[in-house]
Amino acid sequence: MSLVWVLLVALSVAVAAATGRIEALTPAVVESAGRAVTLSIGLAGVMALWLGLMRVAEEAGLVRLLGRAARPVLRRLFPEVPPEHPALGAMVMNVAANMLGLGNAATPFGLKAMAALEELNPHKGTASDAQALFCALNTASVQLVPATVIALRAAAAAPQPADVLGATLIASLCATAVALAAARLLRHLYPRPPEPR
Amino acid sequence: MIRLALEAVSRWAIPLLLAGVPLYALTRKVKVYPAFLEGAKEGFQVAIRVIPPLVAVLVALGMLRASGALDGVARLLGPATAALGLPPSVLPMVLVRPLSGGAALGVVGDVLRGDGPDGYAGRLVSVMAGSTETTFYVLAVYMGSVGITRYRQALPAGLLADLAGFGASVLVVRALFGP
Repeated sequence: MSLVWVLLVALSVAVAAATGRIEALTPAVVESAGRAVTLSIGLAGVMALWLGLMRVAEEAGLVRLLGRAARPVLRRLFPEVPPEHPALGAMVMNVAANMLGLGNAATPFGLKAMAALEELNPHKGTASDAQALFCALNTASVQLVPATVIALRAAAAAPQPADVLGATLIASLCATAVALAAARLLRHLYPRPPEPR
Repeated sequence: MIRLALEAVSRWAIPLLLAGVPLYALTRKVKVYPAFLEGAKEGFQVAIRVIPPLVAVLVALGMLRASGALDGVARLLGPATAALGLPPSVLPMVLVRPLSGGAALGVVGDVLRGDGPDGYAGRLVSVMAGSTETTFYVLAVYMGSVGITRYRQALPAGLLADLAGFGASVLVVRALFGP
């Protein structure tokens, strides 16, 4: 990520210099940095709400039940995660919320799952295969209800704003399949650091 | 029919979860309120932990947009992508989608206003927005929340997935609605 980040910044400066837009960079930097904080703080409320609810569900045994229900699929995708691990329940909640277009609820569950997977990760600071696969899944989630897009289409006076639902489902299934395959096939190109002693 | 059912589920899911989970927990003799507060505290801390990586990623992407690099790429690629079934008005979507969710929705809004929601471009941009994600943002938040700085295969996998989503969108929209 260090390399990607430095290249993005350096490329931007070079292009801006070449196109004479160098004076546009500083306000963009200030604005983006501010927006990152607004986004995170905006996230804090829903995060607190959903992780609070998640803790209640966990203590009631619901999360484990969910994880068990989805075990056949999850065991295939995440063979290194033990069958009763809390990460599984959180991942199921995350995927379900994503499918329904409930992005606000999906993120807290996803972060909970990442934290649970981190317990199994021997290399702090480097993604495990399970974490990389889970993130890849989240960058291409299967969409049953693309809520935001439907709202935008309704606002643009489409007679049937939800008529793209089927097409979106198919396209997002393709994207998800590629995410899974790529995360699986590419992992050998990114070796993990040697086992810590 | 299926559509109505799905929309009903997405409308009812959150209220029902909010009422149902605590009710069920009560019957299992869970101390609901203290448990909720404990989880909520954790959620708040995660949101704070996400700020530094998010600042890093959003600043880099903001610079990229402001530098005009994306406009340049769009001008260069325009003729080639039009042959692939990508109207010029939709091309910015492909470039901006992995970088910024807000900008991508802006493109959707522009195309829907400019070309109408039910033309080829309008449908295509809608399906593209629904079937892909803001890869850089997702990775910054998810990986950042547990202090991971080496994303390994997650970044190429996420970008390939976006690419696949775009390609599939073109094919599916052509097949279902015609060009």
